[in-house]
Amino acid sequence: MDYGTLQGILTIIVMLTFIGVFAWAYSSRRQKSFEEAANLVFSDEEISKESKDSGENK
Amino acid sequence: MMNHSQPTGADYNYTIVRQFALTTVLWGIVGMSVGVLIAAQLIWPQLNFDTPWLTYSRLRPLHTTAVIFAFGTSALFATSYYVVQRTCQTRLFAPKLAAFTFWGWQAIIISAIITLPLGYTSSKEYAELEWPIDIAIAIVWISYATVFFGTIVKRTTSHIYVANWFFGGFILTVAVLHIVNSMAVPVSLFKSYSIYSGAVDAMVQWWYGHNAVGFLLTAGFLGMMYYFVPKQAGRPVYSYRLSIVHFWALIALYIWAGPHHLHYTALPDWTQSLGMVMSLILFAPSWGGMINGIMTLSGAWHKLRTDPILRFLVVSLSFYGMSTFEGPMMAIKTVNALSHYTDWTIGHVHSGALGWVAMVSIGSLYHLIPVLFGHGRMYSVKLINVHFWLATIGTVLYIVSMWISGVMQGLMWRAVNADGTLTYSFVESLEASYPFYFVRFLGGCLFLTGMLIMAYNVIRTVKASKDSLPALAEPTAA
Repeated sequence: MDYGTLQGILTIIVMLTFIGVFAWAYSSRRQKSFEEAANLVFSDEEISKESKDSGENK
Repeated sequence: MMNHSQPTGADYNYTIVRQFALTTVLWGIVGMSVGVLIAAQLIWPQLNFDTPWLTYSRLRPLHTTAVIFAFGTSALFATSYYVVQRTCQTRLFAPKLAAFTFWGWQAIIISAIITLPLGYTSSKEYAELEWPIDIAIAIVWISYATVFFGTIVKRTTSHIYVANWFFGGFILTVAVLHIVNSMAVPVSLFKSYSIYSGAVDAMVQWWYGHNAVGFLLTAGFLGMMYYFVPKQAGRPVYSYRLSIVHFWALIALYIWAGPHHLHYTALPDWTQSLGMVMSLILFAPSWGGMINGIMTLSGAWHKLRTDPILRFLVVSLSFYGMSTFEGPMMAIKTVNALSHYTDWTIGHVHSGALGWVAMVSIGSLYHLIPVLFGHGRMYSVKLINVHFWLATIGTVLYIVSMWISGVMQGLMWRAVNADGTLTYSFVESLEASYPFYFVRFLGGCLFLTGMLIMAYNVIRTVKASKDSLPALAEPTAA
């Protein structure tokens, strides 16, 4: 196998990996767990979060 | 929004965070003062007072080392130790080792402040420190990685929040970059020679140099962004999915971009083209991340009217977007032929360093310091606002003057007469740059003044008596 072919194969592998990451991140099965993760920023202070929400609904 | 009740579950280790947060302000002032001094030396060269220790060539590496490794890295230590504890809901792993990273890092900064003005340098840009200090950096950094990843291992949450991915990526990559680039043969206690030579040395240097930008000054601060922007805006990040794609795309691409620092040099042509193409593709994840940060505010835009901390964070993202558009453009070989070696590069760096890195750190610190010292808010919200405007106007003056000066230099250097001789001598281009050097100096002074105001505000907050600084009422949507 010459160098050019090897590079071509590597490029395809990297591309497939990226598509894989994308598909994994955007699959609907992970929606709930990502929502949980995104809210980790607030989960250590529930009290202030409640006051924040009520503040916004005014 | 600043109503921080004490965490219910874990009792976090804030001592180390407090130490690093306060030294961030201190080293910011030191590093930026040296920057203002060398900016002034370019206008009034006699400001070196004919002292070798105060020459531009020795103070410039001191400025870059102080702002990147003392100011920026202290901010990263503080925020990463804070964020990893809060989002993993556990105490820091190995608190004694964490304390060692603080004192070790301060010792390294002090040794840089001593050795660089004395003229000890390995002459590698952003890695000038000589080999004994390089070894100390490696030891402290590995300790840092141990504390950080140890904390992630003992987390009580099932997820590893995305900010920790960025912090972790930054810590691991910087360890690899530093160790590989600092490989040297010592000939005496204060002199060593790189084990690489020629074009390989240049390539390793800029692989290191650009990834110091990509991982320390970008990935690390994106970790900060992914925690403090949602926190301050009071809503979760716009798209968690996008943040995952952002992380993997960014770290996969940045590592290849270094050769754009070596266009039209002895580096093989294909390597230069590879660096250029990778830099262009890098635009996509950079803007993906910026949009993710800014869109986190959707539905909370009204908070920008009253909250100068949020303003710092959002404007830092705007500067991040600007410089990550400018960077790929400057990496195009034909554009680089005009911009390289001119002040345009300096302007680009500072649009990232002042606009993005410093402003996101300052915003995060204004959020962090009241929490760390048990207050609801900073001593003066008004002074945060004054600082915001000083920092923004200072940065704009700096980058606009360097753009004009840089493009002018590029055009003057390439201008040729009909007979093929150069139209301008180098000194003529230098003379034409003087007014812009003054504007840059002015911008730097404004930015530094903002930091001094911050120091005052921080001291008053730290010394304030308990319950004297209650959180402000939540602003409501109009």
